[in-house]
Amino acid sequence: MTGSRMITSDVGTSTVTATLARSAAPAGPLTAPVETERPSGGEDIRPDRPWLVIVWNDPINLMSYVTYVFQKLFGYSREKATRLMLDVHNKGRAIVSSGPRERAELDVMRLHEHCLWATLEQAQ
Amino acid sequence: MIGRRRFRRDRHGRFRNGLGGDERELLKALPLQARGLLEARDPSAARVFPVAYPQETKAESDYRQMMGAHLLHRHRDALDTLTATVDEPSLDEEEIHQWLDALEVLRLVLGTQLDVTENEIIVEESDPHAPQVAVYRYLSMLQGEIVDSLAETLPKGEVTEGEGGPA
Repeated sequence: MTGSRMITSDVGTSTVTATLARSAAPAGPLTAPVETERPSGGEDIRPDRPWLVIVWNDPINLMSYVTYVFQKLFGYSREKATRLMLDVHNKGRAIVSSGPRERAELDVMRLHEHCLWATLEQAQ
Repeated sequence: MIGRRRFRRDRHGRFRNGLGGDERELLKALPLQARGLLEARDPSAARVFPVAYPQETKAESDYRQMMGAHLLHRHRDALDTLTATVDEPSLDEEEIHQWLDALEVLRLVLGTQLDVTENEIIVEESDPHAPQVAVYRYLSMLQGEIVDSLAETLPKGEVTEGEGGPA
């Protein structure tokens, strides 16, 4: 349980009381959106190996939601999206796409827009 | 599925809003609270800003620089849309996607606060967190219904299998 509390309310009654306590840490400055070059990463990365987009298991995301996002973002069939979701759920992670770094990073960005826990790494 | 479905797609492609009055009140109040936590980058909102490069500090820093504000704006818009449209009798596809996004954010923040794990949450009625757990379960049910409604709109088969396909 983290220190902050967002919601105290009763479902099914018209009374919605809320207590909102922020954490002690002050809000950091928000960074303005900027167009920058792609992250460059380490210097020793060889370009010939593909970049892997990995989605990790998360106890909060609904299985149906994860399947839906895979279908929507990648155009995968229901069967394929379900198989990948089950890999995430049962094995802890699944590679959901791969390719050149820019392409893989774009996929990670789209997954992050949907709040899925996705990371990027170069194939070994 | 518990009881009636709250969202049904009509023949015009709009989603009928079948929420009750109490549900609407809840869905007006929660986004405002979550909004504040996102803007403050509260630790309970960490899941809303995932890490892309866990082992590359520089790349991750650049990524954050590029994506942080974008993600904040995107999810804040979704939360605002939920609050603003919760009393509408029907929603268009753009709005229902915003609802889905907003519910995802609410569940992530609340689930983080409740320290949800893979195991079923079991709470006694006297548990001080019982009301939050009830809200969390309700949001999960609601999000599941919207996912089901939206999944029906997806093409049945494979659409694209581009270069980004699985290795």
